[in-house]
Amino acid sequence: MIAPSLLAIGVFVYGFIAWTGYLSLTNWNSLASDFSFVGLKNYATVFNQGRFQTNIRNLIVFTTLFLSACLAIGLVLAIMVDAVGRGEAFFRTVYIFPMALSFIVTGVVWQWIFVPGKFPTDPYGLNLLLKNIGLGALQAAWTTDTSIVPGWKVDWLKTRIGVPMAMIPVVVAAVWQMSGFVMAMYLAGLRGISEEIKEAARVDGATEWQVFRRIVLPLLQPITLSAVIILGHISLKIFDLVVTMTGGAPGNNTEIPGLYMYEITFKANKFADGAAVATVMLLVVALLVVPYLRYSRQTETEL
Amino acid sequence: MTTLTAAPRRAQIRWSKILLYALMSVFAAFYLLPVFLLLITAFKSFDQVSLSRMWDLPRGLDFESFDRAWNGGEGVIGMRGSFFNSVSLAIPATVISCALGSLNGYVISKWRFPGSETLFTLILFGMFIPYQSILVPLVTTLRTIGLYGTMPGLILVHVVYGIPITTLIFRNYYVGVPTELVEAGKIDGSDFFGIYRHIILPLSIPGFVVVAIWQFTSIWNEFLFGLIITNDPKLRPVTVALQNLSGSQFTQWNVQMAGALIVALPTLLVYIFLGKYFLRGLLAGSLKG
Repeated sequence: MIAPSLLAIGVFVYGFIAWTGYLSLTNWNSLASDFSFVGLKNYATVFNQGRFQTNIRNLIVFTTLFLSACLAIGLVLAIMVDAVGRGEAFFRTVYIFPMALSFIVTGVVWQWIFVPGKFPTDPYGLNLLLKNIGLGALQAAWTTDTSIVPGWKVDWLKTRIGVPMAMIPVVVAAVWQMSGFVMAMYLAGLRGISEEIKEAARVDGATEWQVFRRIVLPLLQPITLSAVIILGHISLKIFDLVVTMTGGAPGNNTEIPGLYMYEITFKANKFADGAAVATVMLLVVALLVVPYLRYSRQTETEL
Repeated sequence: MTTLTAAPRRAQIRWSKILLYALMSVFAAFYLLPVFLLLITAFKSFDQVSLSRMWDLPRGLDFESFDRAWNGGEGVIGMRGSFFNSVSLAIPATVISCALGSLNGYVISKWRFPGSETLFTLILFGMFIPYQSILVPLVTTLRTIGLYGTMPGLILVHVVYGIPITTLIFRNYYVGVPTELVEAGKIDGSDFFGIYRHIILPLSIPGFVVVAIWQFTSIWNEFLFGLIITNDPKLRPVTVALQNLSGSQFTQWNVQMAGALIVALPTLLVYIFLGKYFLRGLLAGSLKG
Protein backbone atom coordinates (compact mmCIF):
# COMPACT_ATOMS: atom_id res chain seq x y z
CA MET A 1 0.00 0.00 0.00
CA ILE A 2 3.00 2.20 0.44
CA ALA A 3 4.07 1.48 -3.13
CA PRO A 4 2.42 4.52 -4.81
CA SER A 5 4.14 6.87 -2.35
CA LEU A 6 7.48 5.12 -2.79
CA LEU A 7 7.14 5.35 -6.55
CA ALA A 8 6.23 9.04 -6.35
CA ILE A 9 9.18 9.84 -4.07
CA GLY A 10 11.46 7.70 -6.22
CA VAL A 11 10.56 9.65 -9.33
CA PHE A 12 9.85 13.16 -8.01
CA VAL A 13 12.74 13.31 -5.53
CA TYR A 14 15.51 10.91 -6.55
CA GLY A 15 14.75 10.68 -10.28
CA PHE A 16 14.44 14.44 -10.66
CA ILE A 17 17.59 15.07 -8.62
CA ALA A 18 19.50 12.71 -10.91
CA TRP A 19 17.95 14.46 -13.92
CA THR A 20 19.04 17.87 -12.62
CA GLY A 21 22.48 16.46 -11.91
CA TYR A 22 22.62 15.26 -15.50
CA LEU A 23 21.46 18.66 -16.84
CA SER A 24 24.24 20.34 -14.89
CA LEU A 25 26.76 18.38 -16.99
CA THR A 26 25.26 19.39 -20.36
CA ASN A 27 25.59 22.43 -22.56
CA TRP A 28 21.91 23.52 -22.30
CA ASN A 29 22.46 27.23 -21.72
CA SER A 30 19.95 28.73 -24.13
CA LEU A 31 16.30 28.21 -25.06
CA ALA A 32 17.24 25.54 -27.61
CA SER A 33 17.98 22.37 -25.69
CA ASP A 34 21.50 21.03 -26.12
CA PHE A 35 22.35 17.90 -24.18
CA SER A 36 25.97 17.51 -25.28
CA PHE A 37 28.18 16.50 -22.37
CA VAL A 38 30.54 19.21 -21.06
CA GLY A 39 31.68 17.69 -17.77
CA LEU A 40 32.01 20.12 -14.87
CA LYS A 41 32.27 23.19 -17.11
CA ASN A 42 29.07 24.78 -15.76
CA TYR A 43 30.29 24.39 -12.18
CA ALA A 44 33.54 26.11 -13.15
CA THR A 45 31.53 28.87 -14.84
CA VAL A 46 29.33 29.68 -11.85
CA PHE A 47 32.08 29.36 -9.24
CA ASN A 48 34.21 31.78 -11.25
CA GLN A 49 31.47 34.38 -11.34
CA GLY A 50 31.75 37.21 -8.87
CA ARG A 51 27.98 37.06 -8.62
CA PHE A 52 27.83 33.47 -7.40
CA GLN A 53 30.76 34.07 -5.04
CA THR A 54 28.78 36.99 -3.64
CA ASN A 55 25.76 34.68 -3.31
CA ILE A 56 27.79 32.24 -1.25
CA ARG A 57 29.19 34.97 0.95
CA ASN A 58 25.65 36.28 1.52
CA LEU A 59 24.40 32.81 2.35
CA ILE A 60 27.18 32.24 4.88
CA VAL A 61 26.48 35.59 6.52
CA PHE A 62 22.72 35.04 6.54
CA THR A 63 22.95 31.50 7.92
CA THR A 64 25.43 32.42 10.65
CA LEU A 65 23.48 35.44 11.89
CA PHE A 66 20.07 33.80 11.51
CA LEU A 67 21.06 30.62 13.33
CA SER A 68 22.88 32.25 16.22
CA ALA A 69 20.14 34.84 16.78
CA CYS A 70 17.37 32.23 16.63
CA LEU A 71 19.13 29.88 19.05
CA ALA A 72 20.00 32.62 21.53
CA ILE A 73 16.59 34.30 21.45
CA GLY A 74 14.77 30.97 21.40
CA LEU A 75 16.61 29.77 24.50
CA VAL A 76 16.12 33.03 26.40
CA LEU A 77 12.42 33.08 25.55
CA ALA A 78 11.98 29.44 26.55
CA ILE A 79 13.63 30.00 29.92
CA MET A 80 11.46 33.05 30.54
CA VAL A 81 8.23 31.38 29.44
CA ASP A 82 9.10 28.36 31.57
CA ALA A 83 9.62 30.56 34.62
CA VAL A 84 6.85 33.12 34.23
CA GLY A 85 3.77 31.30 35.53
CA ARG A 86 0.81 33.66 35.07
CA GLY A 87 0.50 34.91 31.49
CA GLU A 88 2.49 32.03 30.05
CA ALA A 89 -0.10 31.14 27.40
CA PHE A 90 -0.28 34.73 26.18
CA PHE A 91 3.47 35.18 25.78
CA ARG A 92 3.90 31.76 24.20
CA THR A 93 1.17 32.50 21.68
CA VAL A 94 2.67 35.88 20.80
CA TYR A 95 6.18 34.48 20.34
CA ILE A 96 5.11 31.62 18.08
CA PHE A 97 2.39 33.12 15.88
CA PRO A 98 4.74 34.34 13.08
CA MET A 99 5.34 30.65 12.29
CA ALA A 100 1.79 30.47 10.97
CA LEU A 101 2.48 33.14 8.36
CA SER A 102 3.92 32.92 4.89
CA PHE A 103 7.42 34.30 4.33
CA ILE A 104 5.74 36.49 1.69
CA VAL A 105 3.52 38.15 4.29
CA THR A 106 6.53 38.58 6.59
CA GLY A 107 8.54 40.05 3.75
CA VAL A 108 5.86 42.55 2.72
CA VAL A 109 5.43 43.90 6.24
CA TRP A 110 9.12 44.07 7.20
CA GLN A 111 9.98 45.61 3.85
CA TRP A 112 7.90 48.63 4.87
CA ILE A 113 9.31 48.72 8.40
CA PHE A 114 12.80 48.94 6.92
CA VAL A 115 12.01 51.61 4.32
CA PRO A 116 14.62 54.17 5.36
CA GLY A 117 13.05 57.32 3.96
CA LYS A 118 15.10 60.51 3.69
CA PHE A 119 16.61 60.23 7.13
CA PRO A 120 17.42 62.06 9.33
CA THR A 121 15.15 64.86 8.07
CA ASP A 122 12.18 62.86 6.77
CA PRO A 123 12.58 59.28 8.01
CA TYR A 124 10.09 56.47 7.36
CA GLY A 125 9.43 53.17 9.09
CA LEU A 126 11.83 52.04 11.78
CA ASN A 127 13.92 55.18 11.32
CA LEU A 128 10.88 57.28 12.10
CA LEU A 129 10.13 55.13 15.14
CA LEU A 130 13.73 55.50 16.36
CA LYS A 131 13.54 59.27 15.93
CA ASN A 132 10.27 59.41 17.86
CA ILE A 133 11.70 57.55 20.85
CA GLY A 134 14.89 59.61 20.88
CA LEU A 135 17.19 57.01 19.33
CA GLY A 136 17.67 58.91 16.07
CA ALA A 137 21.39 58.11 16.20
CA LEU A 138 20.57 54.50 15.32
CA GLN A 139 18.94 55.37 12.00
CA ALA A 140 20.39 53.52 9.04
CA ALA A 141 19.85 52.90 5.34
CA TRP A 142 18.77 49.30 6.09
CA THR A 143 17.74 47.48 2.90
CA THR A 144 19.29 50.19 0.72
CA ASP A 145 22.69 50.12 2.49
CA THR A 146 25.35 49.15 -0.05
CA SER A 147 28.26 48.78 2.37
CA ILE A 148 30.06 45.55 3.19
CA VAL A 149 31.63 45.49 6.65
CA PRO A 150 34.61 45.19 6.76
CA GLY A 151 34.71 44.42 3.02
CA TRP A 152 38.16 42.86 2.71
CA LYS A 153 39.53 42.16 -0.74
CA VAL A 154 41.55 39.06 -1.54
CA ASP A 155 43.20 38.18 -4.85
CA TRP A 156 41.49 34.85 -5.41
CA LEU A 157 37.93 36.10 -4.82
CA LYS A 158 35.81 38.32 -7.03
CA THR A 159 33.74 39.40 -4.09
CA ARG A 160 34.53 41.29 -0.91
CA ILE A 161 34.57 39.49 2.42
CA GLY A 162 32.31 40.86 5.14
CA VAL A 163 28.74 41.42 6.19
CA PRO A 164 26.56 43.10 3.55
CA MET A 165 24.64 45.54 5.72
CA ALA A 166 21.48 45.22 3.60
CA MET A 167 21.28 41.62 4.81
CA ILE A 168 20.60 42.72 8.41
CA PRO A 169 16.90 43.56 7.82
CA VAL A 170 16.38 40.21 6.09
CA VAL A 171 17.94 38.44 9.07
CA VAL A 172 15.72 40.40 11.47
CA ALA A 173 12.59 39.38 9.56
CA ALA A 174 13.68 35.73 9.40
CA VAL A 175 14.48 35.69 13.12
CA TRP A 176 11.12 37.30 13.82
CA GLN A 177 9.45 34.46 11.96
CA MET A 178 11.44 31.46 13.20
CA SER A 179 12.73 32.19 16.73
CA GLY A 180 9.39 31.25 18.30
CA PHE A 181 9.78 27.80 16.81
CA VAL A 182 13.13 27.39 18.54
CA MET A 183 11.51 28.63 21.73
CA ALA A 184 8.82 25.94 21.41
CA MET A 185 11.49 23.26 20.98
CA TYR A 186 13.53 24.43 23.95
CA LEU A 187 10.42 24.83 26.07
CA ALA A 188 9.43 21.22 25.40
CA GLY A 189 12.98 20.25 26.37
CA LEU A 190 12.97 22.28 29.59
CA ARG A 191 9.65 20.76 30.59
CA GLY A 192 11.13 17.31 30.08
CA ILE A 193 13.92 17.82 32.62
CA SER A 194 12.88 16.36 35.95
CA GLU A 195 12.76 18.62 38.98
CA GLU A 196 14.46 15.88 40.99
CA ILE A 197 17.80 16.14 39.20
CA LYS A 198 17.86 19.90 39.66
CA GLU A 199 16.75 19.62 43.28
CA ALA A 200 19.46 17.06 44.01
CA ALA A 201 22.08 19.47 42.68
CA ARG A 202 20.65 22.29 44.79
CA VAL A 203 20.82 20.13 47.89
CA ASP A 204 24.49 19.53 47.06
CA GLY A 205 24.97 23.29 47.22
CA ALA A 206 24.86 24.20 43.53
CA THR A 207 23.80 27.76 42.69
CA GLU A 208 20.99 28.36 40.19
CA TRP A 209 23.57 29.35 37.59
CA GLN A 210 25.51 26.14 38.15
CA VAL A 211 22.32 24.09 37.87
CA PHE A 212 21.61 25.76 34.55
CA ARG A 213 25.16 25.56 33.26
CA ARG A 214 25.98 21.99 34.36
CA ILE A 215 22.60 20.23 34.20
CA VAL A 216 20.02 22.05 32.09
CA LEU A 217 22.22 23.15 29.18
CA PRO A 218 23.83 19.74 28.57
CA LEU A 219 20.39 18.10 28.62
CA LEU A 220 19.19 20.59 26.00
CA GLN A 221 22.00 19.74 23.61
CA PRO A 222 20.03 17.26 21.44
CA ILE A 223 17.41 19.99 20.94
CA THR A 224 20.07 22.45 19.87
CA LEU A 225 21.24 19.91 17.32
CA SER A 226 17.71 19.42 15.94
CA ALA A 227 17.19 23.18 15.81
CA VAL A 228 20.47 23.70 13.94
CA ILE A 229 19.45 21.09 11.35
CA ILE A 230 15.91 22.42 10.86
CA LEU A 231 16.88 26.10 10.79
CA GLY A 232 20.02 25.32 8.83
CA HIS A 233 18.22 23.66 5.97
CA ILE A 234 15.59 26.40 5.87
CA SER A 235 18.34 28.98 5.83
CA LEU A 236 20.33 27.31 3.03
CA LYS A 237 17.16 27.17 0.90
CA ILE A 238 15.90 30.67 1.73
CA PHE A 239 14.13 32.21 -1.25
CA ASP A 240 10.65 33.67 -0.63
CA LEU A 241 11.69 36.13 2.05
CA VAL A 242 14.56 37.56 0.01
CA VAL A 243 12.40 37.83 -3.12
CA THR A 244 9.81 39.88 -1.26
CA MET A 245 12.06 42.00 0.94
CA THR A 246 14.89 42.98 -1.37
CA GLY A 247 14.76 40.93 -4.58
CA GLY A 248 18.52 40.50 -4.07
CA ALA A 249 19.24 44.24 -4.14
CA PRO A 250 21.10 46.54 -3.65
CA GLY A 251 23.43 45.27 -6.34
CA ASN A 252 23.58 41.59 -5.47
CA ASN A 253 24.19 42.32 -1.81
CA THR A 254 21.34 40.17 -0.54
CA GLU A 255 21.07 37.69 -3.39
CA ILE A 256 21.39 34.03 -2.34
CA PRO A 257 21.82 30.85 -4.45
CA GLY A 258 18.10 29.96 -4.29
CA LEU A 259 17.21 33.24 -5.97
CA TYR A 260 20.17 33.15 -8.36
CA MET A 261 19.14 29.69 -9.59
CA TYR A 262 15.62 30.99 -10.26
CA GLU A 263 16.91 34.06 -12.09
CA ILE A 264 19.37 32.31 -14.39
CA THR A 265 17.11 29.34 -15.10
CA PHE A 266 13.73 30.92 -15.62
CA LYS A 267 14.70 34.45 -16.71
CA ALA A 268 18.01 33.93 -18.57
CA ASN A 269 17.33 30.35 -19.81
CA LYS A 270 20.72 29.16 -18.64
CA PHE A 271 19.34 25.77 -17.70
CA ALA A 272 22.65 23.96 -17.26
CA ASP A 273 24.19 26.73 -15.13
CA GLY A 274 21.00 26.80 -13.08
CA ALA A 275 21.16 23.03 -12.65
CA ALA A 276 24.75 23.36 -11.42
CA VAL A 277 23.70 25.94 -8.82
CA ALA A 278 20.76 23.72 -7.77
CA THR A 279 23.04 20.71 -7.43
CA VAL A 280 25.45 22.68 -5.27
CA MET A 281 22.53 23.73 -3.06
CA LEU A 282 21.39 20.13 -2.75
CA LEU A 283 24.86 18.89 -1.85
CA VAL A 284 25.24 21.50 0.86
CA VAL A 285 21.85 20.63 2.36
CA ALA A 286 22.66 16.90 2.11
CA LEU A 287 25.95 17.47 3.92
CA LEU A 288 23.94 18.92 6.80
CA VAL A 289 20.96 16.58 6.80
CA VAL A 290 22.18 13.10 5.83
CA PRO A 291 24.45 12.56 8.85
CA TYR A 292 21.62 13.78 11.06
CA LEU A 293 19.07 11.46 9.48
CA ARG A 294 21.38 8.50 9.89
CA TYR A 295 22.17 9.48 13.45
CA SER A 296 18.54 9.93 14.47
CA ARG A 297 17.54 6.61 12.85
CA GLN A 298 20.31 4.78 14.69
CA THR A 299 19.72 6.30 18.10
CA GLU A 300 15.99 5.81 18.07
CA THR A 301 15.32 3.02 20.49
CA GLU A 302 12.43 0.59 20.70
CA LEU A 303 10.71 1.81 17.55
CA MET B 1 15.13 33.86 62.35
CA THR B 2 13.19 32.63 59.33
CA THR B 3 11.00 35.70 59.24
CA LEU B 4 14.06 37.93 59.21
CA THR B 5 15.56 36.35 56.09
CA ALA B 6 12.27 35.65 54.34
CA ALA B 7 11.22 39.28 53.97
CA PRO B 8 14.12 40.60 51.84
CA ARG B 9 14.11 37.36 49.87
CA ARG B 10 10.45 37.80 49.00
CA ALA B 11 11.14 41.35 47.90
CA GLN B 12 13.95 40.08 45.73
CA ILE B 13 11.64 37.54 44.13
CA ARG B 14 9.04 40.22 43.47
CA TRP B 15 11.61 42.44 41.78
CA SER B 16 12.92 39.65 39.60
CA LYS B 17 9.32 38.86 38.62
CA ILE B 18 8.78 42.46 37.55
CA LEU B 19 12.03 42.42 35.60
CA LEU B 20 10.97 39.16 33.94
CA TYR B 21 7.63 40.57 32.86
CA ALA B 22 9.31 43.73 31.59
CA LEU B 23 11.77 41.76 29.47
CA MET B 24 9.08 39.45 28.14
CA SER B 25 6.94 42.43 27.22
CA VAL B 26 9.81 43.99 25.29
CA PHE B 27 10.08 40.79 23.25
CA ALA B 28 6.30 40.67 22.84
CA ALA B 29 6.43 44.22 21.48
CA PHE B 30 9.00 43.10 18.89
CA TYR B 31 6.77 40.22 17.74
CA LEU B 32 3.64 42.36 17.69
CA LEU B 33 5.16 45.45 16.02
CA PRO B 34 4.58 44.19 12.44
CA VAL B 35 1.01 43.21 13.32
CA PHE B 36 0.42 46.66 14.72
CA LEU B 37 1.75 48.30 11.56
CA LEU B 38 -0.26 45.89 9.40
CA LEU B 39 -3.49 46.75 11.19
CA ILE B 40 -3.09 50.53 11.45
CA THR B 41 -2.05 50.78 7.80
CA ALA B 42 -4.64 48.47 6.31
CA PHE B 43 -7.46 50.36 7.99
CA LYS B 44 -6.31 53.81 6.88
CA SER B 45 -8.10 55.62 4.09
CA PHE B 46 -6.05 56.62 1.04
CA ASP B 47 -5.78 60.30 2.06
CA GLN B 48 -4.25 59.31 5.42
CA VAL B 49 -1.56 57.14 3.91
CA SER B 50 1.79 58.85 4.29
CA LEU B 51 5.16 57.21 4.88
CA SER B 52 6.22 60.16 7.02
CA ARG B 53 3.31 59.48 9.36
CA MET B 54 3.53 55.72 9.18
CA TRP B 55 2.98 55.01 12.88
CA ASP B 56 0.01 57.35 13.35
CA LEU B 57 -3.22 55.62 14.27
CA PRO B 58 -5.95 55.63 11.61
CA ARG B 59 -8.83 58.04 12.08
CA GLY B 60 -11.59 55.47 12.28
CA LEU B 61 -11.89 52.17 10.48
CA ASP B 62 -11.70 52.46 6.73
CA PHE B 63 -12.09 49.50 4.36
CA GLU B 64 -10.92 51.21 1.16
CA SER B 65 -7.58 49.38 1.21
CA PHE B 66 -9.23 46.00 1.62
CA ASP B 67 -11.69 46.78 -1.14
CA ARG B 68 -8.81 47.68 -3.47
CA ALA B 69 -6.71 44.65 -2.48
CA TRP B 70 -9.65 42.27 -2.75
CA ASN B 71 -11.53 43.59 -5.78
CA GLY B 72 -8.74 45.44 -7.58
CA GLY B 73 -9.07 48.70 -9.53
CA GLU B 74 -6.80 51.53 -10.69
CA GLY B 75 -4.04 49.25 -11.95
CA VAL B 76 -4.31 46.81 -9.05
CA ILE B 77 -5.27 43.22 -9.77
CA GLY B 78 -7.59 42.13 -6.97
CA MET B 79 -6.70 39.10 -4.89
CA ARG B 80 -10.16 37.58 -4.71
CA GLY B 81 -9.55 35.14 -7.56
CA SER B 82 -6.22 33.96 -6.24
CA PHE B 83 -7.64 33.64 -2.74
CA PHE B 84 -10.13 31.09 -4.03
CA ASN B 85 -7.40 29.44 -6.11
CA SER B 86 -5.51 28.86 -2.88
CA VAL B 87 -8.64 27.48 -1.24
CA SER B 88 -9.26 25.05 -4.07
CA LEU B 89 -5.58 24.10 -4.02
CA ALA B 90 -5.04 23.72 -0.29
CA ILE B 91 -8.19 21.78 0.60
CA PRO B 92 -7.95 18.85 -1.86
CA ALA B 93 -4.17 18.66 -1.49
CA THR B 94 -4.55 18.53 2.29
CA VAL B 95 -7.19 15.79 2.15
CA ILE B 96 -5.14 13.58 -0.20
CA SER B 97 -1.96 14.22 1.81
CA CYS B 98 -3.71 13.09 5.00
CA ALA B 99 -4.94 9.86 3.42
CA LEU B 100 -1.54 8.98 1.96
CA GLY B 101 0.37 9.95 5.10
CA SER B 102 -1.92 7.88 7.28
CA LEU B 103 -1.53 4.76 5.13
CA ASN B 104 2.23 5.17 4.89
CA GLY B 105 2.59 5.78 8.61
CA TYR B 106 0.46 2.70 9.31
CA VAL B 107 2.61 0.48 7.10
CA ILE B 108 5.91 1.81 8.40
CA SER B 109 4.98 1.56 12.06
CA LYS B 110 2.86 -1.62 12.10
CA TRP B 111 3.74 -3.71 9.04
CA ARG B 112 7.48 -3.45 9.11
CA PHE B 113 9.37 -5.41 6.54
CA PRO B 114 13.10 -5.82 5.83
CA GLY B 115 14.41 -2.47 4.68
CA SER B 116 11.33 -0.51 5.74
CA GLU B 117 13.36 1.70 8.06
CA THR B 118 15.80 2.49 5.27
CA LEU B 119 12.93 3.31 2.93
CA PHE B 120 11.47 5.55 5.61
CA THR B 121 14.77 7.43 5.90
CA LEU B 122 14.89 7.77 2.12
CA ILE B 123 11.38 9.20 2.14
CA LEU B 124 12.29 11.62 4.93
CA PHE B 125 15.17 13.06 2.94
CA GLY B 126 12.56 14.38 0.51
CA MET B 127 11.39 17.01 2.98
CA PHE B 128 14.81 18.62 3.25
CA ILE B 129 15.73 19.00 -0.41
CA PRO B 130 15.87 22.48 -1.93
CA TYR B 131 13.10 22.42 -4.53
CA GLN B 132 15.39 24.25 -6.94
CA SER B 133 17.08 20.90 -7.46
CA ILE B 134 13.94 19.32 -8.97
CA LEU B 135 12.23 22.30 -10.64
CA VAL B 136 13.28 21.92 -14.27
CA PRO B 137 12.55 18.16 -14.45
CA LEU B 138 9.28 18.82 -12.64
CA VAL B 139 8.16 21.43 -15.16
CA THR B 140 9.24 19.21 -18.08
CA THR B 141 7.37 16.22 -16.67
CA LEU B 142 4.20 18.18 -15.92
CA ARG B 143 4.29 19.55 -19.48
CA THR B 144 4.63 16.02 -20.87
CA ILE B 145 1.66 14.67 -18.93
CA GLY B 146 -0.39 17.79 -19.65
CA LEU B 147 -0.63 19.01 -16.06
CA TYR B 148 1.64 22.06 -16.30
CA GLY B 149 -0.18 25.27 -15.49
CA THR B 150 -3.24 23.46 -14.16
CA MET B 151 -4.72 23.20 -10.69
CA PRO B 152 -4.56 19.36 -10.65
CA GLY B 153 -0.86 19.69 -11.50
CA LEU B 154 -0.26 22.03 -8.57
CA ILE B 155 -2.26 19.76 -6.27
CA LEU B 156 -0.22 16.75 -7.40
CA VAL B 157 3.05 18.56 -6.67
CA HIS B 158 1.98 19.56 -3.18
CA VAL B 159 0.72 16.05 -2.44
CA VAL B 160 3.93 14.38 -3.61
CA TYR B 161 6.32 16.69 -1.80
CA GLY B 162 4.07 16.51 1.27
CA ILE B 163 4.50 12.74 1.55
CA PRO B 164 7.65 12.86 3.73
CA ILE B 165 6.29 15.13 6.46
CA THR B 166 2.81 13.56 6.56
CA THR B 167 4.31 10.06 6.69
CA LEU B 168 6.64 11.15 9.49
CA ILE B 169 3.90 12.69 11.64
CA PHE B 170 1.55 9.72 11.23
CA ARG B 171 4.32 7.21 11.76
CA ASN B 172 5.35 8.88 15.02
CA TYR B 173 1.71 9.00 16.03
CA TYR B 174 1.05 5.31 15.29
CA VAL B 175 4.19 4.23 17.13
CA GLY B 176 2.26 5.27 20.23
CA VAL B 177 -0.63 2.93 19.34
CA PRO B 178 0.01 -0.41 21.10
CA THR B 179 1.12 -3.06 18.63
CA GLU B 180 -0.89 -5.62 20.67
CA LEU B 181 -4.05 -4.08 19.22
CA VAL B 182 -2.80 -4.84 15.72
CA GLU B 183 -1.69 -8.34 16.74
CA ALA B 184 -5.12 -8.98 18.27
CA GLY B 185 -6.70 -7.87 15.02
CA LYS B 186 -4.51 -10.28 13.06
CA ILE B 187 -5.51 -13.16 15.35
CA ASP B 188 -9.17 -12.25 14.85
CA GLY B 189 -8.56 -12.77 11.17
CA SER B 190 -8.67 -9.10 10.09
CA ASP B 191 -6.55 -8.25 7.08
CA PHE B 192 -4.43 -5.18 6.37
CA PHE B 193 -7.40 -2.93 5.57
CA GLY B 194 -9.65 -4.44 8.22
CA ILE B 195 -7.17 -3.57 10.95
CA TYR B 196 -6.69 -0.11 9.47
CA ARG B 197 -10.41 0.60 9.27
CA HIS B 198 -11.51 -0.88 12.58
CA ILE B 199 -8.52 -0.35 14.85
CA ILE B 200 -6.16 2.32 13.51
CA LEU B 201 -8.53 4.79 11.85
CA PRO B 202 -10.79 5.34 14.87
CA LEU B 203 -7.70 6.17 16.93
CA SER B 204 -6.28 8.51 14.31
CA ILE B 205 -8.44 11.62 14.66
CA PRO B 206 -5.87 13.75 16.53
CA GLY B 207 -3.22 12.64 14.04
CA PHE B 208 -5.43 13.73 11.16
CA VAL B 209 -6.05 17.09 12.79
CA VAL B 210 -2.31 17.72 13.27
CA VAL B 211 -1.42 16.69 9.72
CA ALA B 212 -4.34 18.56 8.16
CA ILE B 213 -3.39 21.78 9.93
CA TRP B 214 0.25 21.34 9.04
CA GLN B 215 -0.41 20.65 5.36
CA PHE B 216 -3.04 23.35 4.99
CA THR B 217 -0.71 25.95 6.51
CA SER B 218 2.32 24.88 4.46
CA ILE B 219 0.41 24.73 1.18
CA TRP B 220 -1.37 28.02 1.79
CA ASN B 221 1.93 29.73 2.58
CA GLU B 222 3.97 28.11 -0.21
CA PHE B 223 5.40 30.34 -2.91
CA LEU B 224 7.98 28.70 -5.20
CA PHE B 225 5.76 25.98 -6.73
CA GLY B 226 2.93 28.47 -7.13
CA LEU B 227 5.29 30.82 -8.93
CA ILE B 228 6.78 28.23 -11.29
CA ILE B 229 3.85 25.95 -12.06
CA THR B 230 1.17 28.56 -12.72
CA ASN B 231 2.00 30.45 -15.90
CA ASP B 232 -1.60 31.63 -16.13
CA PRO B 233 -2.26 34.62 -13.83
CA LYS B 234 -5.83 33.34 -13.40
CA LEU B 235 -4.50 30.25 -11.59
CA ARG B 236 -1.92 31.71 -9.29
CA PRO B 237 -2.18 31.15 -5.55
CA VAL B 238 -2.55 33.97 -3.09
CA THR B 239 1.13 34.21 -2.07
CA VAL B 240 2.17 34.81 -5.69
CA ALA B 241 -0.60 37.39 -6.07
CA LEU B 242 0.62 39.20 -2.93
CA GLN B 243 4.19 39.21 -4.19
CA ASN B 244 2.99 40.74 -7.48
CA LEU B 245 0.98 43.30 -5.57
CA SER B 246 3.97 44.31 -3.47
CA GLY B 247 6.40 44.17 -6.36
CA SER B 248 4.39 46.72 -8.31
CA GLN B 249 5.66 50.27 -7.89
CA PHE B 250 2.22 51.68 -8.53
CA THR B 251 0.44 49.92 -5.70
CA GLN B 252 -0.15 52.01 -2.61
CA TRP B 253 1.46 50.35 0.39
CA ASN B 254 -1.76 50.42 2.39
CA VAL B 255 -3.23 48.15 -0.30
CA GLN B 256 -0.20 45.86 0.07
CA MET B 257 -0.74 45.74 3.82
CA ALA B 258 -4.42 44.91 3.37
CA GLY B 259 -3.38 42.21 0.91
CA ALA B 260 -0.87 40.79 3.42
CA LEU B 261 -3.63 40.67 6.03
CA ILE B 262 -5.92 38.82 3.63
CA VAL B 263 -3.21 36.22 2.94
CA ALA B 264 -2.36 35.88 6.63
CA LEU B 265 -5.90 35.59 7.95
CA PRO B 266 -6.79 31.91 7.21
CA THR B 267 -3.61 30.42 8.69
CA LEU B 268 -3.67 32.91 11.55
CA LEU B 269 -7.22 31.85 12.44
CA VAL B 270 -6.16 28.20 12.32
CA TYR B 271 -3.28 29.05 14.67
CA ILE B 272 -5.46 30.98 17.09
CA PHE B 273 -8.19 28.35 17.32
CA LEU B 274 -6.16 25.16 16.92
CA GLY B 275 -2.79 26.31 18.24
CA LYS B 276 -2.18 23.16 20.25
CA TYR B 277 -2.36 20.95 17.16
CA PHE B 278 -0.38 23.44 15.09
CA LEU B 279 2.42 23.30 17.62
CA ARG B 280 2.41 19.52 17.62
CA GLY B 281 2.88 19.48 13.85
CA LEU B 282 5.63 22.05 14.20
CA LEU B 283 7.53 19.97 16.72
CA ALA B 284 6.98 16.78 14.72
CA GLY B 285 9.12 18.42 12.06
CA SER B 286 12.04 18.06 14.42
CA LEU B 287 11.93 14.30 13.76
CA LYS B 288 11.79 12.99 17.32
CA GLY B 289 8.43 14.74 18.02
